[in-house]
Parts: sequence; C-alpha cells; structure tokens
Amino acid sequence: MADKFEIVDLHVKIEEREILKGVNLVVSKGEVHALMGPNGSGKSTLANAIMGHPKYTVTQGKILMKGENILEMEPDERARKGLFLAFQYPCEVPGVRTSNFLRLACNARAARELDVVEFYSKLEEKMKFLEINEAFMKRYLNEGFSGGEKKRNEILQMMMLQPEFAVMDETDSGLDIDALRIVSRGVNELRGPDLGILIITHYERILRYITPDVIHILVDGKIVKSGGADLAAHLEEHGYDWIIKEDEPTPVKA
Amino acid sequence: MSTPTTEPILRGTYKEGFHDDLKPVHTVQKGPKHEVIDYMCDVKGEPDWMREFRHRSLDIFLKKDLPQWLPGLRDEIHYDDITYYVSAVEKSANRWEDVPVEIRRTYDKLGIAKEEQKLLGGLGAQIDSEMAYHNIQESLSKKGIIFLSCDDGLKQYPEIFKAHFARAIPPEDNKFAALNSAFWSGGSFVYIPKGVKCDIPLSVYFRINAEQFGQFERTLIICEDDSFCHYVEGCSAPIYTTNSLHAAVVEIFVKERARCRYTTIQNWSTDVYNLVTKRAFAYKNAVMEWVDGNLGSGRTVKYPSVYMLGEGAHGEILSLASADRNMWQDAGAKLVFYAPNCTGRINSKSISGHGGRASYRGLVQVNPQAQNCRVQVNCDALILDEKSRSDTYPVMEIDGDLVTVEHEASVSNVSEEQLFYLMSRGVKKEDAISMIVNGFIEPIVKELPMEFAVEINRLINLQMEGSVG
Repeated sequence: MADKFEIVDLHVKIEEREILKGVNLVVSKGEVHALMGPNGSGKSTLANAIMGHPKYTVTQGKILMKGENILEMEPDERARKGLFLAFQYPCEVPGVRTSNFLRLACNARAARELDVVEFYSKLEEKMKFLEINEAFMKRYLNEGFSGGEKKRNEILQMMMLQPEFAVMDETDSGLDIDALRIVSRGVNELRGPDLGILIITHYERILRYITPDVIHILVDGKIVKSGGADLAAHLEEHGYDWIIKEDEPTPVKA
Repeated sequence: MSTPTTEPILRGTYKEGFHDDLKPVHTVQKGPKHEVIDYMCDVKGEPDWMREFRHRSLDIFLKKDLPQWLPGLRDEIHYDDITYYVSAVEKSANRWEDVPVEIRRTYDKLGIAKEEQKLLGGLGAQIDSEMAYHNIQESLSKKGIIFLSCDDGLKQYPEIFKAHFARAIPPEDNKFAALNSAFWSGGSFVYIPKGVKCDIPLSVYFRINAEQFGQFERTLIICEDDSFCHYVEGCSAPIYTTNSLHAAVVEIFVKERARCRYTTIQNWSTDVYNLVTKRAFAYKNAVMEWVDGNLGSGRTVKYPSVYMLGEGAHGEILSLASADRNMWQDAGAKLVFYAPNCTGRINSKSISGHGGRASYRGLVQVNPQAQNCRVQVNCDALILDEKSRSDTYPVMEIDGDLVTVEHEASVSNVSEEQLFYLMSRGVKKEDAISMIVNGFIEPIVKELPMEFAVEINRLINLQMEGSVG
C-alpha cells in the first residue's frame, strides 16, 4: 500500500466525451512500467488526469498514492506529495528564468528550504550529467528551446525534484538519437527503490534504452494486455493491429 | 466634489496611504485664480516675464477644452475645489538636517532613508508644492552638473532657464500643460555640461500630503553635447476620499550625441488624477529613453514623447502599466520624426485585473523630411479576469520615404496550460500567477535600477493578491 501508485477503474471524459473507460494499473516503487498504445487510445489523457489537469473530468474511479486518494487535490498539492509529470509539450513561460523557477519548485517540494549554495551545486551536477550548458539556466523557461532542450529540461526538473512517482508522457517523441540517449541516461540514473515510473510512449524505441519491468497496452481507453519487456518487441514487429483484432471488436468507422 | 474612486483598492495594503499633519507655511484660496498666481510670484520673488507667462497660461487653460479623443474627465474634475499652492517649507534645504522634522518623518516612513542617498548622485524631495530638499554629491557638482529645484534654477541660472523653459511644451499644447504653466512649483532643474557623464542616477521623490490639492511640478533637463544622465522619479500620496490632481510637465533637451534616460515609477493612491505631459527633444545622434511605470492613480493620462529633431537620433519608450481595481491607466508613447536616419522603439506592457482598465495610446508620426527612419512598436496586454479591460489605440502618420515601421500587438490571459505546468511542479496557484505576471513585465523591469525593480515586483505581487478565482 504505502509504496504503491494505484489507478482503480478510472473513467475520464473531456467535454462530454469519455476517453478512459475503466483503467486499472498498479506501479510499485522500484518498478518501471511502460504504457503503450496507438494514437487516440487515451495515453495522454491518462497522464493529464493523473496530474489533475482541469480540462479532464474524472467521472469514476480512484487514483491512490501510497494509499491516499489524490483526485480531490490540486495539481500543486499532488506534486508536493511526490508526483511528477514529464510533459509531452512543456509549456513556454516568458520572462521566468529557468533557474529561478527550479529553485521555487524545489523549495515548494522540499521539507526545508535548500540554501543557495546547496541548490546550485546540485543543479550544476545534474546539468553536467544531462549535458546541458550553463547559459540554459539564464534563459526563460522553455522559451525558444528546441524540442530536445525542452525534454532534457523536463528530466532535469525530475532529477531536482526527486519525486516518488513519475509519469513520462511521450518524452521520446521528437527526440533525435543523441537526445534520446541522454534523456534515457537520466531516467536510468533516477531508477531505484525510491521511485516508481510510468513511461507513456507510442514507439518501443525508448524501451531499448530503458528496460521496463512491465508493459501495458492501452486501446480505446482500456488496458487490453499486460506483459513483460518482450511485448514491446512483438509490437514493433506486428504493430497494434493484432491486439485490437484479438481483444476488441473492430472499431466502427465514423 | 464627485468621488468616483471612493473605494480605494489597497486601503489595507497601500503602504503609502498615511498622511501627516504638516502646518502649511503658505496656502491660498481654492480655485484657478489670477490672484493665486500673483501671490505665488510674490512669495517666490519671480521675474516679470514669468508672472506674465503664468497669467497668459491661466487664460489659455480657462479657454481650452479637453481633447475630443480623451474620454471622461470633463465632468469629473472640479477645478474650483482644488487648492493650487500649498507649501510646508520656506525654502528647499540642501542638508537633510535642515529639512523640517515633520517632513523628514514623512520621508522616513516612505523609506527614503539617508542610506539610500549613498546610491544616488543627487536626491530631491518635494512635498505638495515645494521642494523640501535638494542635494547633489560634491563630486558631481564639481563637474559642473546642476541639480536644483526648478524654482532655484530660474533664480540662479536665469539665462539657461529662459532659453529652454516651455520650448518643448508650450502652454498651448494641452489643457493640463496650460494649468501647470500657470501654477507650476517645484520639480527639478538639471543641467549636464558638454561632455560630462553623470554616472550615478539623480533621483526625486514626489509626495502629495494635502487634501484636494493640485501638484504642478515642473522639470527641465538639459543635456549638452556628448553628455549623459539618468533621472529617476517616484511618487506617492495619502488616501483621502476626495480627489487630488497631479499635473506635471517635464521637458528634456538632449543635444548632439548626448544620452538621457528618465525613469518614473508612479504609485499615487487611487484618488489622485495623474495628468502629465512629458516631452523630449533629441538632436543629432542623441539618444532619449523614457522608462515609464504606472502602478497607481485612479486615472492616468500620460504619453511620454520623443521628438527626433536631428539626424540619427534615437528615441525609446518603455511603458509599463498595471491597472488594478478602480484604476484606468491611459498610458502610451509618442515618437515624432523630423529628421532623416532616425530610429525609435516603443515597448508597452499592460496588466489589468480586478476590473481595472489599461489603454495604450500611441502615436508614430514621420514627417516628409524624415527619410529612412525605422520604428518598432511592441504592445502587449495581459488581462487577468473577465471584469478587466484593455484597449489599444495606435496611430501611425507616415509621410516620409523609405520608412520602416513594425507594429506588433498581443492580448493574452494567464493561460490554463502555463498555470497547470507551473502547478505540476508544486508551485501554488497564487505564486504561479504572480510568476507569470512578473515574467510578462520582466523585459521592462530588467531595465530599472535594482531598488525600483524590487519595488515593482512587490507592488505587482500586492495587486495580485486575491486575484485567484
């Protein structure tokens, strides 16, 4: 209980349209789960609903973090409890320096305020690890960042905030092979007994660098198959069609 | 007197809202009267040409109407209920110790502490009609820099004064310039000699203490060839339930290759009408920069302008307006080109919240002789809630050849996506909003002296309080 992140029968709608139709998923600390699925299956909806995006309405079900239902909490409260979302499209915030933002976020999350020296030495170390150059910190948050820089910034934030459960929403999309390697290195570095990770992805490419313990396949708002790491290779070869054919009636074309 | 702004926002939080019981040395009957002018001229011991100028200006004021494009105001200001001259001091002191104790106390409360003077090249402090204090560092006065109250400028340097006074802004310019010309008192006289760089800012703090009062300070800045100066002013007033009027005139002459920067942070209480005319003449290859921050006053009408009179001049205006509850910031900028190869830039940012209204009014005028000029206008508005309002009135009159004009304008809200992103990192909603707002004005705030930047962020955060719906 205490070391688990549990999604129980989760139903989510956006503007009256039901996207998730009863998702069940348990990630324990120390585990890495991958959630795969075709476009439109509800992957990003799940990520946003977990973090509490106001556009997504949960109509049924629960999300429990260490046994506590987080659905009534605002996103900032969820974050302070140790939840993290690496965004698919990190937002640009003009005029806010990346370093200032990181410092405020770290202080919000930490039980005690980090002193400046402590903060910057930690930041410097993580930036080096992710091959981010110094000038980056003085730039405004995500403004004018390349796709790769934005994603690396997400991993940097994750390393600085040290969450207990992290959801990574298509972190691999739009990354070239070098950036993907660096990002994966960051995730592997974080991997350990104090962190549970849910990687959401369309392609198995990232899973060549980060080996998941469990893979789930989401189709039309439901997890239709779960299995070991070999499931990814099978998907790569055969696509999603065989699962859809196997588990669901053929969708009716509108 | 009508009181359209009787519920001052920040009553609890506007920290400059106190008033002190200062005994006036001089006070006059209410109303814009010729007798008041004669009394002022006698007390100040002014030359005849100034007495004549004041009387002529009052006639212009009484005849002149408000411009058609300027909404409201016509029935709001009751000129007959206003006192046009109130003085709590006999004369401007140049040693802090000589400033009357009660006035010093006022400035202590405002944090214009002695320590702060060490950062400044010169400090002036005006309370109601008169300058209580004006001092300049010896190192600067040795270079020939003059920093006096405008009244003392007239007395001590009559020739330089007369050669520039009312040359950029004649009383005919507009109704409030005429009113100021009739009753002007206080303000600064700054003279930077040829080739002299005044590398530490000169700063003046304006304070209204009296009730139903009109403050008409007049500032005249002359930067001779190849000189430089940075002048900084701040403003505040007590909160009364009746209205006061602040109608200043600022004239600046930036001669060949000289550079002048003028920074204003006004934080008048909402019962002050802030109706100011600011104009600079920029000669050959001169640079004039206005940094204009409007955070207070129930109604501001102010468009700092640069007239490019010499080839290669550059005019730049950074305008920041925050319109909170019961405020209408009608701010903007004017760039007028009379010479070739000049450049200009306007960067305006406004925030409106709690039902406040921010208007940007801008004029870019390029006359036929001004060939090959370039102008860039950026105008961004951030609206915090549905009760608040933002308008943009840009006017372009382009008669020159080969002129490049870029105009960009944007209106935005605090976006749900930005809020969600910041909050997903543990930042509270209120802090996230204030982060986004402070980020929005950052390009202008970073141009300000450190103490002012800190003060602006503090004031903006105050105004943000309770803006979370």
